[in-house]
Amino acid sequence: MTAQKITIEPVTRIEGHAKITIRMKDDGDVDHAYLHINEFRGFEKFCEGRMVDEMAYITPRICGICPVSHHLAAAKTGDVILGCPPPRPASLLRELMHMGQIVQSHGMHFFELAGPDLLLGFDCDPATRNVVGLIGANPELTLKAVNLRKFGQNIIQILGGRRVHPNFALPGGVNKALKASERDEILAGTDAAIQTTLTGLDIIKDWAKRNAEDVAKFAVLTTGYMGLVTPQNGLELYNGQVRLVDNTGAQLEKFDAANYLDIINEHVENWSYLKFPYYKKMGWPKGVYRVGPLGRLNTIDHIDTPLAQQEWLAYRAINPGKPIENTLYYHYARLIETLYAIEQVKVLLDDPDILSTDVLNTRQEVKGEGVGVIEAPRGTLYHHYHCDENKKVTKVNLIVSTGHNNWAMSEAVDSVAKTYINGNVVREGLLNRVEAAVRAHDPCLSCSTHAVGQMPIVIEMTDQQDQLIRTISRGV
Amino acid sequence: MAKPKVSSDWLAGCAGCHMSFLDIDERIVKLAELVDLRSTPITDLKTPDETGVDVGVLEGGINNTTNEEVAHTMRKRCKTLVALGDCAVFGGVPALRNFFTIEDALKRAYVETESTDSEGQIPSDPELCQPTKVRAIHEVVPVDFWLPGCPPNADQIFYVLSELAQGRKPVLKDNMLQWD
Repeated sequence: MTAQKITIEPVTRIEGHAKITIRMKDDGDVDHAYLHINEFRGFEKFCEGRMVDEMAYITPRICGICPVSHHLAAAKTGDVILGCPPPRPASLLRELMHMGQIVQSHGMHFFELAGPDLLLGFDCDPATRNVVGLIGANPELTLKAVNLRKFGQNIIQILGGRRVHPNFALPGGVNKALKASERDEILAGTDAAIQTTLTGLDIIKDWAKRNAEDVAKFAVLTTGYMGLVTPQNGLELYNGQVRLVDNTGAQLEKFDAANYLDIINEHVENWSYLKFPYYKKMGWPKGVYRVGPLGRLNTIDHIDTPLAQQEWLAYRAINPGKPIENTLYYHYARLIETLYAIEQVKVLLDDPDILSTDVLNTRQEVKGEGVGVIEAPRGTLYHHYHCDENKKVTKVNLIVSTGHNNWAMSEAVDSVAKTYINGNVVREGLLNRVEAAVRAHDPCLSCSTHAVGQMPIVIEMTDQQDQLIRTISRGV
Repeated sequence: MAKPKVSSDWLAGCAGCHMSFLDIDERIVKLAELVDLRSTPITDLKTPDETGVDVGVLEGGINNTTNEEVAHTMRKRCKTLVALGDCAVFGGVPALRNFFTIEDALKRAYVETESTDSEGQIPSDPELCQPTKVRAIHEVVPVDFWLPGCPPNADQIFYVLSELAQGRKPVLKDNMLQWD
């Protein structure tokens, strides 16, 4: 029989544009599956010549799903490069906005993007395998999910005036203090948000139990893991140092963002616009690691908020003393983090400094170079700028969350393709599982392709001589 | 009567307009009653129906050859084409790239950046699209309706979609005219 290539394009229910090609062997087995990230935008170049202060407003346009990550990473970089550390209340308010973003982004991903696979099934009709299908199947739950996202978006709006691309942070702090009435409004929504998240946790635990076989064989990868941690190695999403652990969970590095170039290098493959970061001291590809919810929960020793800690302990008991490697557990980890973020909202709002009007340090001393890091919903995000004495940006380097997972996503696609697809049998639901391997990482391909770009996925089948045999197109 | 079919896609943008669309929150239930959501980035159909859709929505500008193809397909298959958000309307922030050459931008990203290792190269596999000048949608295909904003807010998006779905041309005035 003739060997084939399968193409899936676009990959849907992910943020951005990608395409998958699967090359088949002559005997009908999968030879190799590739994930092509297929857009280039060039923020690293076209930000040159802009003012440092503008970066917190230009770089969020890298990604409208987690714009707050870029907004805050740019502001943190601005704090360093302009020598203006923010007053404590400003840091608390920035973290509060960030928690709002974690809740909205994670909540949306779980229920609205991954939810259709989990709740309606991988093999459900693609015409209804979406959030509208969810409304039909379970309107009550869907509305709760919509409200969870709304809770997070509302925090962003209260602080930054709008839900997408807020106007809030700047080098040295933020432009607005929090009013008591606004604090109370946010607090009033926390209990319902926690309840919805706990419902989500029940769903994913039950799903994992019922789909134990899929979980066990679906893209189980051995890698290192990276994430921010507190000084005691607790979960941290805004401040702190970066911790890198190996595939057994042992610490390899704990470092300040400013030193990231000693730790991380990026590899380029000719077939993707998304670069492949790796641990410099181990080299490519041995030094690959994962970030985001799964990575972070493998990097830490505990979580400081009680409900999330309890869930984390139960979660880590799945593989005692070792990292959780199953890609499908990203969904589980994402909800534990959502729980943490909501609890952390309460912690922040209870802080005596949260209503302070001391929110901006206006004394600046231009340093000329700065690095800012934050845990975006999808993983560790680095901004690194140089500027001249007039605060004009001369160089920009960005390492974006999804990039760190590029190897893992590519590997996951390859591994799922090999597990589920045989040249003789190519069912639509199987193709969707290949996509789900990507979707589990919740890639933000707009982010990753700031630089790079879009995630259409196509599956084309070609032979080893690259002759197109068959294109699988769905729902047309 | 069959519900009007709506398809959407995102090109050289940030997905923020689609997020702003989701910010209609619980009104999505109402919208689902009004329209049949076909291919969109948050659903699983990959392309607009070959038999055509009533409303096509494009977010983002056109900055590569794949974007061009998607825009042409959408134009061919939809009756009314909406350019959603600043990037679609005039290029937006990504159009800043037009101040540089594409080659310089690629070189910075894949060769010169401080964290890229010594084997950096500009990706050129035939599977990848080719970057082009960044353009507004109407510079590539005819557009019927423009909704600016970065992003337009949820109320504006809901209003425009529900008017179009009911066969009316939306009129942007009063608070619907306010963006940013």
